[in-house]
Amino acid sequence: MSNERMLMKGNEALAEAAVRAGCKCYFGYPITPQTEIAAYMSKRMPRCGGVFLQAESEIAAINMVYGAAATGVRAMTSSSSPGISLKSEGISYAAGCDLPCVIVNVQRGGPGLGGIQPAQSDYYLATKAGGHGDFSVIVYAPSSVQEMADFAVKAFDMADKYRMPVMILSDGLLGQMMEPVVFPEIKNNEPEKDWACTGHNNQRRHNVVNSLYLKPEELEQSNIERFKKYDTIKQELPEAETYLTEDAEIIVTGYGAAARIARSAVNAARAEGIKAGLIRPITLWPFPEKAYADTVDTAKAYLCTELSMGQMIDDVRLATSCRRPVRFFGRTGGVIPTPAEILAQIKLIKEELK
Amino acid sequence: MTSEIQLAGFGGQGILFAGKVLAYCGMLSDREVSWLPCYGPEMRGGTCNCSVCLSDEPIGSPVVNDPDLLIAMNEPSYTKFIGAVKEGGYAFVDSTLVDSEKLRDDIDEFRVPATRLADENELKGGANIILIGKLIKETGIISMDDIEAAIRKIVPAKKAQLIENNLRAIRLGYEYSE
Repeated sequence: MSNERMLMKGNEALAEAAVRAGCKCYFGYPITPQTEIAAYMSKRMPRCGGVFLQAESEIAAINMVYGAAATGVRAMTSSSSPGISLKSEGISYAAGCDLPCVIVNVQRGGPGLGGIQPAQSDYYLATKAGGHGDFSVIVYAPSSVQEMADFAVKAFDMADKYRMPVMILSDGLLGQMMEPVVFPEIKNNEPEKDWACTGHNNQRRHNVVNSLYLKPEELEQSNIERFKKYDTIKQELPEAETYLTEDAEIIVTGYGAAARIARSAVNAARAEGIKAGLIRPITLWPFPEKAYADTVDTAKAYLCTELSMGQMIDDVRLATSCRRPVRFFGRTGGVIPTPAEILAQIKLIKEELK
Repeated sequence: MTSEIQLAGFGGQGILFAGKVLAYCGMLSDREVSWLPCYGPEMRGGTCNCSVCLSDEPIGSPVVNDPDLLIAMNEPSYTKFIGAVKEGGYAFVDSTLVDSEKLRDDIDEFRVPATRLADENELKGGANIILIGKLIKETGIISMDDIEAAIRKIVPAKKAQLIENNLRAIRLGYEYSE
């Protein structure tokens, strides 16, 4: 059964992969469009010796993840945009305690309660401002149901490897759609966690998981240590997919659902003789700067497409050192752009380049 | 080749299930497939639609804006989506519930009294699958073997009696002529 192609919703594929990756505790609270994750976990977890708990709120759920992760088990929570705002305090605490855990955001339109249709307007929230304090979380951006599954496994592995929270930044489109998925073979990459609070029976010094440092020098030192780890991650982890970029004059870029639509537009542009290509960031933090730097000599312009008013575009400008014009096209609030709309933008840029 | 399919009707008519059957067929014939429900704040009796893509290439946007094939199971769905069907495309319409005149002459539109046929043959709720039977007959984008395998796969084991009903519904639609 493990190598069979199965037709599943993105939310369900992610949940199943998380279980296979050894997730033992799931804490959640319902919100469209991610509720299938919680529903799936409620059925699956009791059958594999895990814990499913519907918390009284998103805030409770993330703090349950904090507690479970402190004991060294693989723990996960999921929500959609407004719920992730609520979780941000807990995410900051987990980061401050260097706790490995996985947080899934199946984005919907905002701000406020916003709407329930797909959006990508939490890029800043995920990559820049996941909570208070000096910290980052690793952010993976799946673009297919297969990647919803693959990145769930990767998220747990990277969370443990670097001892920090990892976010999967998805959206309502990927969560709700069904595609064939093949579940990856799982290698047990869970390291020994000698820092975990598992009871010491007076046999060893007790472990402490805490983010409170009242002496400024100690807090500063802990932040400096953490940022050394971030430097390593920036070397090791950035990942992007490039498509037809070698000879591309116009490079379209976007992540997740936007990248799928952009890819259709790039194919349509090529069919009309326009040299277009695509850069799709897979990790949003660390941002795959090299994929952009590698193209900046040959490309003439970039077009950033998002299901937002424009957030990732900042990182594209930085990654290209503002050496080429970076245009933006996005739809927001739950409206999904069409390939034709993006193609029209590509053509506009092509005209300007003449 | 890519087939973009839109299915639309009332909640409760099995729109999402019919879409899932088509997506399964695509998967069983080793094509790339996507299925996307419209997941608005709809409730039973409200409108419901879903997008299915079957393709030989990776699928970009799973959102179907201009379908090659439309299955319309009620009046509001017919009037809402018929205009978007690509020129030369197909529409399969439940004529028990759609009264309006044919609105397009540049597509192949097939009208099947699917709800009435389902009721007459004790296949309550089978109108969706009857329309798929007609779609298979007229477009050939799916084989009878694949549809049978898909239905056997999707219908849960504890509802095995529904397999035979669904297969009967497919044949009813396949054999129906106006």
